[in-house]
Amino acid sequence: MELYELTVHELIEKLDKKEITPEEIMKSYSKRIEEKEPEIAAFVTRTDKEAIESAKNVNREKSKFAGIPIGIKDNMCTKGVKTTCSSKMLENFISPYDATVIEKLNDEGIISLGKLNMDEFAMGASTEYSAFKITKNPWNLSTVPGGSSGGSAAAVASQMVPWALGSDTGGSIRQPAALCGIVGLKPTYGLVSRYGLVAFASSFDQIGPITQDVEDCAILLNLITGHDEKDSTSINTPKKDYTKSLVKDVKGLKIGVPKEFLGEGINEEVKEKVLEAIEEYKRKGAIVEECSLDIANEALAVYYIIACAEASSNLGRFDGIRYGYRTKNFENLKDIYKNSRSEGFGAEVKRRIILGTYVLSSGYYDAYYKKAQKVRTILKQEFAKLFEKYDFLITPTSPSVAYEIGTKSTNPLEMYLADLCTVSVNIAGLPGMSIPCGVDKNGMPIGMQLIGKPFDEETLIRAAYTYEQEVKFRENHKPTFRKAGA
Amino acid sequence: MIRDDYEVVIGLEVHSELSTKTKIFCSCPTEFGGEPNTHCCPICMAMPGTLPVLNKKVVEYAIKAGLATNCTIAKNSKNDRKNYFYPDLPKSYQISQFDMPLCTNGYVEIDTANGPKKIRLVRIHIEEDAGKLNHDEYGSGSLVDLNRAGVPLIEIVSQPDLRSAEEVDLYLKKLKSILEYIEVSDCKMQQGSLRADVNVSVRKKGDEKLGTRTEMKNMNSFRSITRAIEYEVERQIEVLEAGGTIEQETLRWDEVSGKTFSMRDKEDAQDYRYFPEPDLAVINISEEMIEDIRKSLPEMPESRKERYITEFKLPEYDSNILISSKYLSDLFEGATKKCNNPKAVSNWIMTDITKILNEKEQEPNEIPFTAEQLGELVILIDKGTISSSIAKKVLDELFENPRSPEQIIKEKGWIQISDEGAIKEVVQKILEANPNSIADYKAGKDRALGYLVGQAMKETKGKANPQMLNKMFLEELNK
Repeated sequence: MELYELTVHELIEKLDKKEITPEEIMKSYSKRIEEKEPEIAAFVTRTDKEAIESAKNVNREKSKFAGIPIGIKDNMCTKGVKTTCSSKMLENFISPYDATVIEKLNDEGIISLGKLNMDEFAMGASTEYSAFKITKNPWNLSTVPGGSSGGSAAAVASQMVPWALGSDTGGSIRQPAALCGIVGLKPTYGLVSRYGLVAFASSFDQIGPITQDVEDCAILLNLITGHDEKDSTSINTPKKDYTKSLVKDVKGLKIGVPKEFLGEGINEEVKEKVLEAIEEYKRKGAIVEECSLDIANEALAVYYIIACAEASSNLGRFDGIRYGYRTKNFENLKDIYKNSRSEGFGAEVKRRIILGTYVLSSGYYDAYYKKAQKVRTILKQEFAKLFEKYDFLITPTSPSVAYEIGTKSTNPLEMYLADLCTVSVNIAGLPGMSIPCGVDKNGMPIGMQLIGKPFDEETLIRAAYTYEQEVKFRENHKPTFRKAGA
Repeated sequence: MIRDDYEVVIGLEVHSELSTKTKIFCSCPTEFGGEPNTHCCPICMAMPGTLPVLNKKVVEYAIKAGLATNCTIAKNSKNDRKNYFYPDLPKSYQISQFDMPLCTNGYVEIDTANGPKKIRLVRIHIEEDAGKLNHDEYGSGSLVDLNRAGVPLIEIVSQPDLRSAEEVDLYLKKLKSILEYIEVSDCKMQQGSLRADVNVSVRKKGDEKLGTRTEMKNMNSFRSITRAIEYEVERQIEVLEAGGTIEQETLRWDEVSGKTFSMRDKEDAQDYRYFPEPDLAVINISEEMIEDIRKSLPEMPESRKERYITEFKLPEYDSNILISSKYLSDLFEGATKKCNNPKAVSNWIMTDITKILNEKEQEPNEIPFTAEQLGELVILIDKGTISSSIAKKVLDELFENPRSPEQIIKEKGWIQISDEGAIKEVVQKILEANPNSIADYKAGKDRALGYLVGQAMKETKGKANPQMLNKMFLEELNK
C-alpha cells in the first residue's frame, strides 16, 4: 500500500506510531503527482519539491498535524507562492501575506503541496473557465470535475493530495466533491475567516474542507475555524471540536426532504440514489418527512443578482495600476483600465461583472438588487421555519453527474443550473455538506447534500459519518482514470 | 458687486479628517507626511483577499461631532460602497455611508451682522479618504501615494441655508472651531484635513424654486472659498442676465486666474452604484454609548466666552478672539492658570502673539511653546525680573526655540537691573555725558528726561528697570 492511498487520520496514526516520516509522506505524494498530474491537470503551482524539503524539518512535538500535506485552492493568499485565481489577471501575482486559514495550517506544521486549479475567480461550475488548464475528473477523464473548486476535488479524488481547502460561493465545494465522489463541506457563513480569500461574492464566500472521508472533514474543519479579528463577518463563539460528532447514530433525528429539489431538472438516477440514501437513514432510526421550500425556485435568480453585484465591485481592484496584469496597449488612464481588464479577465468573469454592474445601476437597483435582498430575507425565514421541525435537510448536491468537457461551457444559462441545489444554502448562510451516495450506470459518482441549522455543523458530520460507516462508498468505489468511452 | 435683485444660495459638504491614531479600516498610522507608500499595508493598498475592520474610535469621533452640532444619532447605521475607478482609490470603491448615516438633522449657529443664524445640517457620515496622485513630478507619468488612503473622514452636509460668501466664511470658521474643541480633527487646512465642496446657485429674490447649482470640489482655504463664491455668483448672474442657463456641473477653481472652469463633460455623469458593504457588520449604537460620549464633550466655545467675560472681566471683543480657536483659548487658560493675570495673558495673545503668527503665516495650532511658558513670561514681567521690551525678545525666543523663559533670560543675561547702586552708577554716567540735557531739563524741556532714560536703557541694553531709572533721574535733576 502506498502512503498516498491513506486518509489524513490514517497518516497521523502511522506518524504517531513512528511507522512513517513526514518526508516519506511528501515523497509519496510527489511521486503520485508526477504520475497523475499530466492527465488530471489539477495544479496551477506545484510545491511538492519544496514540501519534501520542509518535511525534513518538521517538529512533531509541536502538533500532531506537523508534516501532513495539503492542497490549496488558488484563491487563498499564500505568502511567497503565486495566487492566481486561475486568471491571466493574476498570473504572476505573489501575495505579500498569508490568508488566515493558511496561517492556521502553517501554525500546525501542515505543508502545502501546491495551489489548485479553479474556475477563474471561482466563477463557474466545471473548472473549464480556468485561464490556464482544464482539470479532468479522475472517474472519467473526458468529464469535468465540477467547480469552481475542481482542482481541489480532482486532486483529492486522484490522491495527489490527501485533503484540500476549497471555497464555496454557490456550491463550489459541494458540487465538485459530489462529481468527484468525495466529501465537501461549506461551513456556516462566518465560521471560517475569509481574510486572504480573494473575494468573489463577499456575503456568500466561505472556505471549507474537501476530504476523502467524513473524519478528515471534521479534523480539517477543527483546524480552520475560529474567530478572526481581521474578518468582521467572522463569528465570535467558542471553538468546537467537530471530531466529537463522529458518532454512528442518527436515531430520532428528524430529516426534512424539500420536494422542490427532487423535481424537474434533476437527473433520474441522481434522484434514485438520494432516495435510497434517505431510506438508509430511515433504517437507522431517523424520522424522514417530505417538506416544501417554494421560495427555492427563486434562489438561482437571487444568487446571480447578488453574487454578481458584489463581484462587480470586488473585482474593481484589478485595474492594472498596482499589481496584476497591465495592458501594453494604452495611451491614457481610461485605456489602462479598459484594456487591462478586457485582456486580463476571461469571458465568464466579464459576463458577471457586466451583470453585476447592471443590477446596481441607478434605475435598476430597486428592481434587481433590492428585490433580491428582500427575497434573500424570505428565504432565510423559510429555512428557519423548516429548522423548527427538522434537524437537517437532504437534497441532491448536483442535478446531474459529471458531464463531458465542453458540453456546457458555451451555454452560461445551462451552466448556472448546476448550482440549482446548492445556492440556497449560500443565500441563507447555512452549513451544507456533500457526501457520495452511489454511482450511476456509468460508474460516475453521485452526491447528496445535507443542509443544517446555522453553526450546527455537528449534526451534519454526525449524519454523514453514520451513513458513510454504513455504506462504505470509499471502500467499494474507486476512480478509474478511464479515458472517454473506455 | 452682487446685484441685490438676486439671492445667493449656498450649501456645503465639508470633509474633515479625523485625528484618530490609526486609519479607519486598518492599523496604519494616520500621520501626515512620510515617504510615499510608507503608511500602508495590504489592507489600505487593497491587496486581493484583504478585508476592512471598522475602527471604533472613528464612530465615536463622528458621534462626538454629531452631538456638538445638535444632530440626532442613529441607533442603526451601516457602511456602503461607492464605486468608481481612479488610481488614488485602490479598491475601486470608497467605503462610505449612503442611506443610513451616523448623524442627521443638526445645526450650527453663526453670528452674522444681522444677529445669530442657524445653518441646518442634513447629515454627518463617516468614510475613508483616498490616496494622492503626484503629477508630473517624475517625468511624464503620475505616481500614486497611498499614505492617505484609509484616513478617516467625516462628511458634514449642510442644507442650502447660506446666503453669502461671508456667511460661508463664518460657518466654516465655526465648524472648524467646534471640531477643534471636541478634539476630533486638527483641521489643518494646508494639509487638507479640512476641505469643502461648495454648491452655489442664484435665484431672483422672491423665487421659490432653487436655481441650478454648480459645485466646486476640494476647496481648502478660506480665502479661495470666498473668492471662488464671489466669482461664481457673478458669473451665474451674468449668464442668466444674458438670457442663458446654468449647467449643473462640477467646476474647478483656479487660484491664479481667479476663475472657475468646467471639470468634466456631462457624458461622464457618474453612477456610483452604492450598495451595502458586505464585508462590514451593521453599526449598532446604544443609548448608553451616546450618553457616555455626550458626557465626555468638553466645554464649548460659547460657555468659555461667558466665563471669560464674567470670571476674568475680559471685554467681549477679546473673549471672542480668544475662543475663535481652541488652541488660543487653551493657551489663554493654561497661561492664566499659571500666572493668575488674565488681562496680561489676553493682551499678549491678542497683540504680540497674533502679530508673530500673521508674520509667519501660521495657525494658532502651530504655536510651538506651552501655555505654562507663556504664564511664566507674564510672571517674570509682573515680578519686575524683566521689562516688557525684554519680554518681547523672550517671546521671539519662545517661537524660535521654545524653553523656559527663566532659562532664556539667564542664558541671554537679560535679567532686569533693579539694584539701586547699579542704577545710580548708570544715571551718574549718563548725566556726566549729557550736560546739555540737564540744561534743557532745567529750562523746562521735560522731553530731556525721556532722552536721558533712553540713553540709560541703551547703556544697559534694555535691562535697567525703567521705573527706577525714571525715579532716580528725577531725583538727581531736581537736586
